Amino acid sequence: MIDKRCADAAAAVHDIRDGATVMIGGFGEAGSPTELIDALIEQGASELTVVSNNAGSGTTGLAALIAAGRVSKMVCSYPRSADSEVFAELYRAGRIALELVPQGTLAERIRAAGAGIPAFYTPTAIGTILAQSKPVRRFGDRECLLEHALSGDVALIKAKAADRHGNLIYNKTARNFSPLMAMAADTTVVQASIVAAPGSLDPETVVTPGIFVDRVVREERSPQASSPGVGWL
Amino acid sequence: MTSSMPRGLTRTQIAERVALDIPDGAYVNLGIGMPEIVAQCIPDEKEVILHTENGLLGMGPPPPAGEEDPELINAGKRPVTTVPGASFFHHVDSFAMIRGGHLDICVLGALEVAANGDLANWSTGTGAVPAVGGAMDLVTGVKAVYVMAGHCTREGEPKLVTECRYPLTGKAVVDRVYTDLAVIDITSQGFAVRDLAPGVTLSDVAERTAAPVVDARRGSHLVDDTGFQSGPSSFLKSEAST
Repeated sequence: MIDKRCADAAAAVHDIRDGATVMIGGFGEAGSPTELIDALIEQGASELTVVSNNAGSGTTGLAALIAAGRVSKMVCSYPRSADSEVFAELYRAGRIALELVPQGTLAERIRAAGAGIPAFYTPTAIGTILAQSKPVRRFGDRECLLEHALSGDVALIKAKAADRHGNLIYNKTARNFSPLMAMAADTTVVQASIVAAPGSLDPETVVTPGIFVDRVVREERSPQASSPGVGWL
Repeated sequence: MTSSMPRGLTRTQIAERVALDIPDGAYVNLGIGMPEIVAQCIPDEKEVILHTENGLLGMGPPPPAGEEDPELINAGKRPVTTVPGASFFHHVDSFAMIRGGHLDICVLGALEVAANGDLANWSTGTGAVPAVGGAMDLVTGVKAVYVMAGHCTREGEPKLVTECRYPLTGKAVVDRVYTDLAVIDITSQGFAVRDLAPGVTLSDVAERTAAPVVDARRGSHLVDDTGFQSGPSSFLKSEAST
Protein backbone atom coordinates (compact mmCIF):
# COMPACT_ATOMS: atom_id res chain seq x y z
CA MET A 1 0.00 0.00 0.00
CA ILE A 2 1.15 3.49 -0.78
CA ASP A 3 0.78 6.06 1.95
CA LYS A 4 2.98 9.16 1.67
CA ARG A 5 1.48 10.95 4.66
CA CYS A 6 3.90 11.99 7.40
CA ALA A 7 3.02 12.61 11.03
CA ASP A 8 4.21 16.21 10.95
CA ALA A 9 6.52 18.67 9.24
CA ALA A 10 9.45 17.74 11.48
CA ALA A 11 9.24 14.12 10.38
CA ALA A 12 8.97 15.17 6.74
CA VAL A 13 12.22 17.18 6.73
CA HIS A 14 14.28 15.24 9.33
CA ASP A 15 16.82 13.85 6.83
CA ILE A 16 17.75 17.02 4.91
CA ARG A 17 21.53 17.20 5.12
CA ASP A 18 24.04 20.03 5.37
CA GLY A 19 24.98 21.18 1.90
CA ALA A 20 21.76 19.97 0.30
CA THR A 21 20.12 21.71 -2.64
CA VAL A 22 16.61 22.60 -1.52
CA MET A 23 13.99 23.79 -4.01
CA ILE A 24 11.32 25.95 -2.37
CA GLY A 25 8.07 26.67 -4.19
CA GLY A 26 6.30 29.99 -4.18
CA PHE A 27 6.26 33.35 -5.93
CA GLY A 28 6.69 35.88 -3.21
CA GLU A 29 4.58 34.49 -0.41
CA ALA A 30 1.99 32.90 -2.73
CA GLY A 31 2.61 29.15 -2.50
CA SER A 32 5.44 29.42 0.00
CA PRO A 33 5.54 26.27 2.18
CA THR A 34 6.10 28.16 5.41
CA GLU A 35 5.41 25.28 7.80
CA LEU A 36 8.01 23.10 6.06
CA ILE A 37 10.52 25.97 6.08
CA ASP A 38 9.92 26.50 9.81
CA ALA A 39 10.55 22.79 10.36
CA LEU A 40 13.75 23.00 8.33
CA ILE A 41 14.96 25.93 10.45
CA GLU A 42 14.21 23.87 13.56
CA GLN A 43 15.95 20.82 12.08
CA GLY A 44 19.16 22.79 11.63
CA ALA A 45 20.61 21.81 8.24
CA SER A 46 23.07 24.43 6.98
CA GLU A 47 25.24 25.34 3.99
CA LEU A 48 22.13 24.93 1.88
CA THR A 49 21.74 25.92 -1.75
CA VAL A 50 18.18 27.18 -2.14
CA VAL A 51 16.41 27.34 -5.49
CA SER A 52 13.40 29.67 -5.31
CA ASN A 53 12.10 32.51 -7.46
CA ASN A 54 12.65 35.10 -4.74
CA ALA A 55 14.92 35.42 -1.73
CA GLY A 56 12.34 35.90 0.97
CA SER A 57 10.14 38.75 2.11
CA GLY A 58 9.29 40.07 5.55
CA THR A 59 10.90 38.19 8.43
CA THR A 60 9.31 34.73 8.19
CA GLY A 61 9.59 31.72 5.91
CA LEU A 62 12.51 31.80 3.47
CA ALA A 63 13.67 35.16 4.87
CA ALA A 64 13.95 33.53 8.31
CA LEU A 65 15.91 30.57 6.89
CA ILE A 66 18.34 33.01 5.24
CA ALA A 67 18.52 35.19 8.37
CA ALA A 68 19.41 32.10 10.43
CA GLY A 69 22.54 31.75 8.30
CA ARG A 70 21.57 28.37 6.85
CA VAL A 71 21.78 29.33 3.18
CA SER A 72 25.13 29.67 1.47
CA LYS A 73 23.77 30.16 -2.06
CA MET A 74 20.53 31.34 -3.66
CA VAL A 75 19.50 30.43 -7.19
CA CYS A 76 16.67 32.76 -8.17
CA SER A 77 15.35 35.30 -10.67
CA TYR A 78 14.30 38.15 -8.41
CA PRO A 79 16.07 38.37 -5.03
CA ARG A 80 14.94 41.95 -4.40
CA SER A 81 12.06 42.60 -2.02
CA ALA A 82 10.35 45.81 -1.01
CA ASP A 83 9.82 44.59 2.54
CA SER A 84 12.95 42.58 3.31
CA GLU A 85 16.61 43.46 3.65
CA VAL A 86 17.63 40.02 4.93
CA PHE A 87 19.10 38.70 1.68
CA ALA A 88 20.42 42.09 0.55
CA GLU A 89 22.47 42.61 3.73
CA LEU A 90 24.11 39.18 3.56
CA TYR A 91 24.70 39.58 -0.19
CA ARG A 92 26.39 42.96 0.20
CA ALA A 93 28.51 41.54 3.02
CA GLY A 94 29.64 38.72 0.72
CA ARG A 95 28.16 36.09 3.02
CA ILE A 96 25.71 34.55 0.54
CA ALA A 97 26.26 33.63 -3.10
CA LEU A 98 23.75 34.41 -5.84
CA GLU A 99 23.13 32.69 -9.16
CA LEU A 100 20.75 35.02 -11.00
CA VAL A 101 18.64 33.23 -13.64
CA PRO A 102 15.96 34.69 -15.93
CA GLN A 103 12.60 33.50 -14.64
CA GLY A 104 11.61 31.48 -17.69
CA THR A 105 15.05 29.89 -17.90
CA LEU A 106 14.83 29.03 -14.20
CA ALA A 107 11.48 27.32 -14.73
CA GLU A 108 12.68 25.47 -17.83
CA ARG A 109 15.91 24.33 -16.17
CA ILE A 110 13.88 22.81 -13.34
CA ARG A 111 11.46 21.17 -15.76
CA ALA A 112 14.37 19.79 -17.79
CA ALA A 113 15.80 18.12 -14.70
CA GLY A 114 12.44 16.55 -14.00
CA ALA A 115 12.09 15.35 -17.59
CA GLY A 116 15.53 13.79 -17.97
CA ILE A 117 16.88 16.53 -20.26
CA PRO A 118 20.46 17.42 -19.23
CA ALA A 119 20.60 20.77 -21.03
CA PHE A 120 18.82 22.85 -23.67
CA TYR A 121 19.31 25.92 -25.85
CA THR A 122 17.34 29.14 -25.45
CA PRO A 123 17.64 32.65 -26.91
CA THR A 124 16.72 34.24 -23.57
CA ALA A 125 19.57 36.37 -22.14
CA ILE A 126 21.67 36.23 -25.30
CA GLY A 127 23.85 39.33 -25.52
CA THR A 128 23.49 40.12 -21.80
CA ILE A 129 25.82 39.78 -18.84
CA LEU A 130 23.86 36.68 -17.74
CA ALA A 131 25.15 34.94 -20.89
CA GLN A 132 28.77 35.26 -19.87
CA SER A 133 30.77 32.01 -20.06
CA LYS A 134 27.83 30.03 -21.46
CA PRO A 135 28.26 28.20 -24.80
CA VAL A 136 26.41 29.85 -27.72
CA ARG A 137 25.08 28.07 -30.78
CA ARG A 138 23.21 29.46 -33.77
CA PHE A 139 19.92 27.90 -34.87
CA GLY A 140 18.66 29.46 -38.10
CA ASP A 141 19.00 33.19 -37.56
CA ARG A 142 18.96 32.99 -33.77
CA GLU A 143 21.82 32.71 -31.36
CA CYS A 144 21.01 30.60 -28.31
CA LEU A 145 22.61 29.85 -24.94
CA LEU A 146 23.23 26.42 -23.54
CA GLU A 147 21.44 26.13 -20.20
CA HIS A 148 21.80 23.15 -17.87
CA ALA A 149 19.09 21.27 -16.01
CA LEU A 150 18.65 22.26 -12.37
CA SER A 151 17.77 19.49 -9.92
CA GLY A 152 17.33 19.39 -6.17
CA ASP A 153 17.96 16.97 -3.36
CA VAL A 154 14.69 18.07 -1.82
CA ALA A 155 11.69 20.12 -2.92
CA LEU A 156 9.46 21.83 -0.34
CA ILE A 157 6.13 22.85 -1.84
CA LYS A 158 2.61 23.86 -0.87
CA ALA A 159 -0.62 22.45 -2.28
CA LYS A 160 -4.29 23.14 -1.72
CA ALA A 161 -5.10 19.44 -1.45
CA ALA A 162 -3.27 16.13 -1.54
CA ASP A 163 -4.24 12.48 -1.13
CA ARG A 164 -2.13 9.69 0.31
CA HIS A 165 -0.77 8.89 -3.17
CA GLY A 166 0.62 12.41 -3.40
CA ASN A 167 -1.73 13.62 -6.11
CA LEU A 168 -1.95 17.40 -5.83
CA ILE A 169 -4.08 20.35 -6.75
CA TYR A 170 -3.07 23.94 -6.08
CA ASN A 171 -4.74 27.25 -5.26
CA LYS A 172 -4.78 30.06 -7.86
CA THR A 173 -1.38 31.71 -8.40
CA ALA A 174 0.12 29.71 -5.51
CA ARG A 175 0.86 26.98 -8.10
CA ASN A 176 3.79 28.74 -9.84
CA PHE A 177 7.02 26.67 -9.56
CA SER A 178 5.72 23.85 -7.36
CA PRO A 179 4.69 21.32 -10.07
CA LEU A 180 8.14 21.73 -11.69
CA MET A 181 10.08 21.37 -8.45
CA ALA A 182 8.08 18.27 -7.56
CA MET A 183 9.44 16.68 -10.75
CA ALA A 184 13.02 17.84 -10.30
CA ALA A 185 13.90 16.80 -6.72
CA ASP A 186 14.98 13.43 -5.36
CA THR A 187 12.57 13.88 -2.46
CA THR A 188 9.47 16.06 -2.76
CA VAL A 189 7.74 17.15 0.44
CA VAL A 190 4.29 18.75 0.31
CA GLN A 191 2.39 20.76 2.88
CA ALA A 192 -1.30 20.62 1.99
CA SER A 193 -4.26 22.53 3.39
CA ILE A 194 -6.40 19.46 2.85
CA VAL A 195 -5.33 15.82 2.96
CA ALA A 196 -8.15 14.09 1.20
CA ALA A 197 -9.33 10.51 1.07
CA PRO A 198 -8.25 8.61 -2.06
CA GLY A 199 -10.72 9.31 -4.83
CA SER A 200 -11.52 12.81 -3.60
CA LEU A 201 -9.44 14.45 -6.32
CA ASP A 202 -10.92 14.41 -9.82
CA PRO A 203 -8.31 12.61 -11.99
CA GLU A 204 -9.08 15.13 -14.77
CA THR A 205 -7.96 18.03 -12.61
CA VAL A 206 -4.97 16.59 -10.75
CA VAL A 207 -2.08 18.95 -11.53
CA THR A 208 0.81 17.00 -10.00
CA PRO A 209 0.44 13.22 -10.26
CA GLY A 210 1.51 11.37 -7.13
CA ILE A 211 4.53 9.73 -8.75
CA PHE A 212 6.36 13.07 -8.34
CA VAL A 213 5.61 13.32 -4.62
CA ASP A 214 7.24 11.51 -1.68
CA ARG A 215 5.86 13.01 1.52
CA VAL A 216 2.63 14.76 2.44
CA VAL A 217 2.01 16.80 5.58
CA ARG A 218 -1.27 18.41 6.51
CA GLU A 219 -0.95 22.08 7.42
CA GLU A 220 -1.37 22.65 11.12
CA ARG A 221 -2.41 26.23 10.63
CA SER A 222 -5.04 25.36 8.04
CA PRO A 223 -8.63 25.60 9.21
CA GLN A 224 -9.76 22.76 6.91
CA ALA A 225 -9.06 19.45 8.56
CA SER A 226 -10.59 17.06 6.08
CA SER A 227 -12.20 16.85 2.69
CA PRO A 228 -15.90 17.51 2.18
CA GLY A 229 -18.11 14.46 1.98
CA VAL A 230 -19.47 14.83 -1.53
CA GLY A 231 -18.11 15.76 -4.93
CA TRP A 232 -14.61 16.51 -6.15
CA LEU A 233 -12.50 18.98 -4.27
CA MET B 1 20.77 74.48 -26.13
CA THR B 2 17.36 72.94 -25.50
CA SER B 3 14.16 74.91 -25.50
CA SER B 4 11.94 74.90 -22.41
CA MET B 5 10.47 71.51 -21.65
CA PRO B 6 7.17 70.92 -23.44
CA ARG B 7 4.37 69.85 -21.17
CA GLY B 8 3.97 66.41 -22.70
CA LEU B 9 1.62 63.67 -21.57
CA THR B 10 0.87 62.46 -18.06
CA ARG B 11 1.55 58.84 -17.20
CA THR B 12 -2.14 58.05 -17.61
CA GLN B 13 -2.21 59.76 -21.01
CA ILE B 14 0.80 57.71 -22.15
CA ALA B 15 -1.05 54.60 -20.96
CA GLU B 16 -4.14 55.68 -22.94
CA ARG B 17 -1.98 56.11 -26.03
CA VAL B 18 -0.53 52.61 -25.59
CA ALA B 19 -4.02 51.18 -25.09
CA LEU B 20 -5.16 52.74 -28.39
CA ASP B 21 -2.65 50.54 -30.24
CA ILE B 22 -3.62 47.28 -28.51
CA PRO B 23 -6.05 45.49 -30.81
CA ASP B 24 -9.21 43.67 -29.77
CA GLY B 25 -8.41 40.05 -28.96
CA ALA B 26 -4.75 40.62 -28.05
CA TYR B 27 -2.96 38.64 -25.35
CA VAL B 28 -0.82 41.15 -23.45
CA ASN B 29 1.71 41.17 -20.62
CA LEU B 30 2.11 44.46 -18.75
CA GLY B 31 5.36 45.02 -16.88
CA ILE B 32 5.57 46.14 -13.27
CA GLY B 33 5.29 49.88 -12.67
CA MET B 34 4.06 52.43 -15.20
CA PRO B 35 2.88 49.80 -17.75
CA GLU B 36 0.34 48.54 -15.17
CA ILE B 37 -1.69 51.74 -15.77
CA VAL B 38 -2.45 50.52 -19.31
CA ALA B 39 -4.85 47.93 -17.85
CA GLN B 40 -7.21 50.70 -16.71
CA CYS B 41 -7.13 52.40 -20.11
CA ILE B 42 -8.33 49.57 -22.34
CA PRO B 43 -11.83 50.51 -23.55
CA ASP B 44 -14.72 48.16 -22.79
CA GLU B 45 -15.36 47.45 -26.46
CA LYS B 46 -12.01 45.67 -26.75
CA GLU B 47 -11.49 42.24 -25.22
CA VAL B 48 -7.82 42.18 -24.23
CA ILE B 49 -6.56 39.25 -22.16
CA LEU B 50 -3.90 40.17 -19.62
CA HIS B 51 -1.18 37.65 -18.77
CA THR B 52 0.81 37.75 -15.57
CA GLU B 53 3.87 35.53 -15.60
CA ASN B 54 3.27 34.05 -12.16
CA GLY B 55 0.54 31.90 -13.68
CA LEU B 56 -2.66 33.70 -14.66
CA LEU B 57 -4.26 34.51 -17.99
CA GLY B 58 -7.31 36.74 -17.65
CA MET B 59 -6.09 39.04 -14.90
CA GLY B 60 -8.66 41.51 -13.60
CA PRO B 61 -8.35 44.73 -11.59
CA PRO B 62 -7.32 44.86 -7.93
CA PRO B 63 -10.02 43.61 -5.53
CA PRO B 64 -11.90 45.94 -3.17
CA ALA B 65 -10.19 46.54 0.16
CA GLY B 66 -10.71 43.59 2.46
CA GLU B 67 -11.17 41.08 -0.38
CA GLU B 68 -7.48 40.56 -1.17
CA ASP B 69 -6.37 36.94 -1.56
CA PRO B 70 -2.65 36.40 -0.81
CA GLU B 71 -2.67 33.49 -3.29
CA LEU B 72 -4.12 35.59 -6.13
CA ILE B 73 -1.43 38.10 -7.03
CA ASN B 74 0.31 39.55 -10.08
CA ALA B 75 3.98 39.57 -11.03
CA GLY B 76 4.44 42.69 -8.90
CA LYS B 77 3.10 40.62 -5.97
CA ARG B 78 0.03 42.82 -5.61
CA PRO B 79 -3.49 41.38 -5.16
CA VAL B 80 -5.53 41.03 -8.35
CA THR B 81 -8.74 39.35 -9.48
CA THR B 82 -9.71 37.06 -12.34
CA VAL B 83 -12.05 37.88 -15.22
CA PRO B 84 -14.53 35.35 -16.66
CA GLY B 85 -12.58 32.95 -18.86
CA ALA B 86 -9.41 33.16 -16.78
CA SER B 87 -7.03 30.24 -16.28
CA PHE B 88 -4.26 29.32 -13.87
CA PHE B 89 -1.10 27.43 -14.84
CA HIS B 90 2.40 26.68 -13.61
CA HIS B 91 5.57 28.54 -14.51
CA VAL B 92 6.69 26.43 -17.44
CA ASP B 93 3.32 26.86 -19.16
CA SER B 94 3.40 30.56 -18.33
CA PHE B 95 6.83 31.03 -19.84
CA ALA B 96 5.98 28.82 -22.81
CA MET B 97 3.37 31.48 -23.59
CA ILE B 98 6.15 34.07 -23.42
CA ARG B 99 9.12 32.20 -24.90
CA GLY B 100 7.09 30.27 -27.43
CA GLY B 101 5.84 33.45 -29.10
CA HIS B 102 2.19 33.11 -28.06
CA LEU B 103 1.78 36.50 -26.42
CA ASP B 104 1.06 39.35 -28.84
CA ILE B 105 2.38 42.35 -26.93
CA CYS B 106 4.37 43.16 -23.82
CA VAL B 107 4.69 46.67 -22.42
CA LEU B 108 7.79 47.27 -20.32
CA GLY B 109 9.49 50.11 -18.54
CA ALA B 110 13.00 51.20 -19.50
CA LEU B 111 16.16 52.76 -18.16
CA GLU B 112 17.48 53.17 -21.72
CA VAL B 113 16.52 52.20 -25.27
CA ALA B 114 19.09 52.31 -28.06
CA ALA B 115 18.36 53.26 -31.67
CA ASN B 116 18.86 49.63 -32.74
CA GLY B 117 16.25 48.40 -30.23
CA ASP B 118 18.61 47.36 -27.43
CA LEU B 119 16.83 47.60 -24.09
CA ALA B 120 18.27 48.16 -20.61
CA ASN B 121 15.62 47.93 -17.91
CA TRP B 122 16.76 45.59 -15.14
CA SER B 123 19.97 46.84 -13.58
CA THR B 124 21.83 50.09 -13.09
CA GLY B 125 24.97 48.01 -12.64
CA THR B 126 25.71 49.37 -9.19
CA GLY B 127 24.90 48.80 -5.54
CA ALA B 128 21.47 47.25 -5.57
CA VAL B 129 20.96 43.50 -5.52
CA PRO B 130 20.61 42.36 -9.16
CA ALA B 131 17.13 41.08 -10.00
CA VAL B 132 15.93 40.25 -13.52
CA GLY B 133 12.63 38.39 -13.10
CA GLY B 134 10.98 37.62 -16.43
CA ALA B 135 12.20 40.66 -18.38
CA MET B 136 14.77 38.81 -20.52
CA ASP B 137 12.23 36.12 -21.42
CA LEU B 138 9.58 38.70 -22.35
CA VAL B 139 11.80 40.72 -24.70
CA THR B 140 13.06 37.55 -26.38
CA GLY B 141 9.77 35.77 -26.89
CA VAL B 142 6.82 38.16 -27.15
CA LYS B 143 5.79 39.12 -30.69
CA ALA B 144 5.80 42.90 -30.14
CA VAL B 145 7.83 44.61 -27.42
CA TYR B 146 6.61 48.09 -26.48
CA VAL B 147 8.42 50.34 -24.04
CA MET B 148 6.57 52.92 -21.97
CA ALA B 149 8.76 55.46 -20.21
CA GLY B 150 9.47 59.07 -19.57
CA HIS B 151 11.36 60.52 -22.55
CA CYS B 152 14.09 61.67 -20.16
CA THR B 153 15.11 60.77 -16.63
CA ARG B 154 14.13 63.00 -13.71
CA GLU B 155 17.53 64.63 -14.12
CA GLY B 156 16.71 65.41 -17.76
CA GLU B 157 19.03 62.80 -19.29
CA PRO B 158 17.69 61.25 -22.52
CA LYS B 159 16.59 57.62 -22.20
CA LEU B 160 16.69 57.16 -25.97
CA VAL B 161 20.34 56.77 -26.84
CA THR B 162 22.79 55.57 -29.48
CA GLU B 163 24.10 52.83 -27.22
CA CYS B 164 22.91 51.69 -23.78
CA ARG B 165 25.31 52.22 -20.89
CA TYR B 166 23.38 50.05 -18.45
CA PRO B 167 23.43 46.22 -18.62
CA LEU B 168 21.19 44.99 -21.44
CA THR B 169 17.94 43.11 -21.04
CA GLY B 170 18.06 42.13 -24.70
CA LYS B 171 19.70 43.12 -27.98
CA ALA B 172 17.60 44.66 -30.76
CA VAL B 173 14.33 43.66 -29.08
CA VAL B 174 12.23 46.84 -28.80
CA ASP B 175 9.67 47.58 -31.52
CA ARG B 176 8.15 50.83 -30.30
CA VAL B 177 8.59 53.40 -27.52
CA TYR B 178 5.79 55.45 -25.95
CA THR B 179 6.95 58.51 -24.03
CA ASP B 180 5.43 61.71 -22.71
CA LEU B 181 6.57 63.42 -25.91
CA ALA B 182 6.10 60.95 -28.77
CA VAL B 183 5.49 57.49 -30.14
CA ILE B 184 8.69 56.27 -31.71
CA ASP B 185 9.28 53.14 -33.75
CA ILE B 186 12.60 51.34 -33.88
CA THR B 187 13.40 51.00 -37.58
CA SER B 188 16.39 50.22 -39.77
CA GLN B 189 16.81 54.01 -39.88
CA GLY B 190 16.88 54.24 -36.08
CA PHE B 191 14.33 56.17 -34.02
CA ALA B 192 11.36 57.04 -36.26
CA VAL B 193 8.77 59.41 -34.79
CA ARG B 194 5.30 58.25 -35.79
CA ASP B 195 3.25 60.46 -33.50
CA LEU B 196 3.81 63.57 -31.38
CA ALA B 197 2.01 64.58 -28.19
CA PRO B 198 -0.11 67.73 -28.49
CA GLY B 199 2.04 70.84 -28.44
CA VAL B 200 5.27 68.91 -28.93
CA THR B 201 7.38 69.48 -32.05
CA LEU B 202 9.77 67.18 -33.82
CA SER B 203 12.66 69.39 -32.74
CA ASP B 204 11.52 69.12 -29.10
CA VAL B 205 11.90 65.36 -29.46
CA ALA B 206 15.18 65.56 -31.36
CA GLU B 207 16.69 67.85 -28.72
CA ARG B 208 15.84 65.36 -25.99
CA THR B 209 16.98 62.23 -27.79
CA ALA B 210 20.66 61.24 -27.71
CA ALA B 211 20.53 59.71 -31.19
CA PRO B 212 19.22 60.87 -34.58
CA VAL B 213 15.44 60.82 -35.07
CA VAL B 214 13.61 60.66 -38.38
CA ASP B 215 10.09 61.81 -39.17
CA ALA B 216 7.80 58.86 -39.90
CA ARG B 217 4.50 60.55 -39.17
CA ARG B 218 1.58 59.90 -41.43
CA GLY B 219 2.09 62.01 -44.55
CA SER B 220 5.83 62.23 -44.12
CA HIS B 221 7.97 60.91 -46.97
CA LEU B 222 9.60 58.09 -45.02
CA VAL B 223 8.25 54.61 -45.43
CA ASP B 224 7.41 52.76 -42.23
CA ASP B 225 9.33 49.52 -42.35
CA THR B 226 8.27 48.03 -39.04
CA GLY B 227 5.39 46.07 -40.47
CA PHE B 228 3.00 47.62 -37.97
CA GLN B 229 -0.35 48.87 -39.01
CA SER B 230 -0.50 52.62 -39.13
CA GLY B 231 -1.54 54.06 -35.80
CA PRO B 232 -4.60 56.18 -35.22
CA SER B 233 -4.44 59.64 -36.72
CA SER B 234 -5.71 61.48 -33.67
CA PHE B 235 -3.27 61.31 -30.81
CA LEU B 236 -5.42 60.81 -27.78
CA LYS B 237 -8.98 59.77 -27.31
CA SER B 238 -9.12 61.98 -24.24
CA GLU B 239 -7.59 64.96 -25.99
CA ALA B 240 -10.87 66.42 -27.16
CA SER B 241 -12.47 66.17 -23.76
CA THR B 242 -9.64 67.43 -21.58
